[in-house]
Amino acid sequence: MIRYLPALLLACSGWLAAAPLMADDARLLQRQQALTQGLRCLVCQNETLADSQAQLAVNLRREIHAMLAQGRSEDEVIDFLTQRYGDFILYEPPVKPYTWLLWGGPGLLLAAGTVLWWQLSRRPASASPPLDPAEAARVAALLQQNKTEDHT
Amino acid sequence: MKPKHGKSWLLVLPLLGFLGLLWVFLHGLQRDPHALPSSWIGRPAPLFVLPRLDAPAQTFSPAMLRGRVWLLNVWASWCESCHTEHPTLMQLAQHDGLAIVGLNQQDVPDAARAWLAKAGNPYLWSVMDRDARVSIDYGVYGVPETFVIDQAGIVRYRHLGSISPQDARDILLPLIRKLQA
Repeated sequence: MIRYLPALLLACSGWLAAAPLMADDARLLQRQQALTQGLRCLVCQNETLADSQAQLAVNLRREIHAMLAQGRSEDEVIDFLTQRYGDFILYEPPVKPYTWLLWGGPGLLLAAGTVLWWQLSRRPASASPPLDPAEAARVAALLQQNKTEDHT
Repeated sequence: MKPKHGKSWLLVLPLLGFLGLLWVFLHGLQRDPHALPSSWIGRPAPLFVLPRLDAPAQTFSPAMLRGRVWLLNVWASWCESCHTEHPTLMQLAQHDGLAIVGLNQQDVPDAARAWLAKAGNPYLWSVMDRDARVSIDYGVYGVPETFVIDQAGIVRYRHLGSISPQDARDILLPLIRKLQA
């Protein structure tokens, strides 16, 4: 047994040296996973690049992994992808003039709804228009008639 | 009945909004969600150097076709739609002055060569993109796809999917003639 000890130690040291590398790998995979969760697979458009088994997704995951392993940032990877595949690859579209209506639309609708609600609620509950002189005279006559009937 | 106040037009707004949304949704239903625009239109075609399928020791680069209008056709022997468009490509290859380069994506070279030997070879050259890196550079997300590239190396058009004889007659050939003029 003792004869194998050096070999065993050597094997262990090899494993120990590999441990930090494995931690790096895990961190890299975690970053890759976080990034690809927000990216669309353009073949099966309702799946993320993280989940899809399409050949394109497999290829792009490989590229993304290689770029991250080379020390490139998430933003650089996203630039690389949108340059080639356009903004559609992002599930969250960037804010630019082309998407202002998309991002601002809900706010605009909310503002329009608020204005409408405010306008309608400002009006008095019983908003009857003022009587013209002929109507006023008729009302007065009816009231007068009512009064005389009461007295009899 | 005459309106009782000046703001009654506001009541029509929800209806107009609803009709507007209805129009947007109906319009959206008729669009093909896979017909994505290429981000390369009007920009210089990405450069690459890849080994040729017929002579792997030699390479092809888009710079070699400066001054010519050419098609970059992404294909593979395993791709059924490529087989469908093959006769149309054979016809396009007859067009004067037009070069067709095949980007053979993720294929087994022997299978690709066997297919061309059997079905005919419309390509000036085919090049091997075995890991699809060049396809990714071109933003290819399906096979086949075809790019029209002008004399200055600018991408003018990208065709998604199989080229039908009608596509060749009504879209590609008029564009190629216009660029060649």
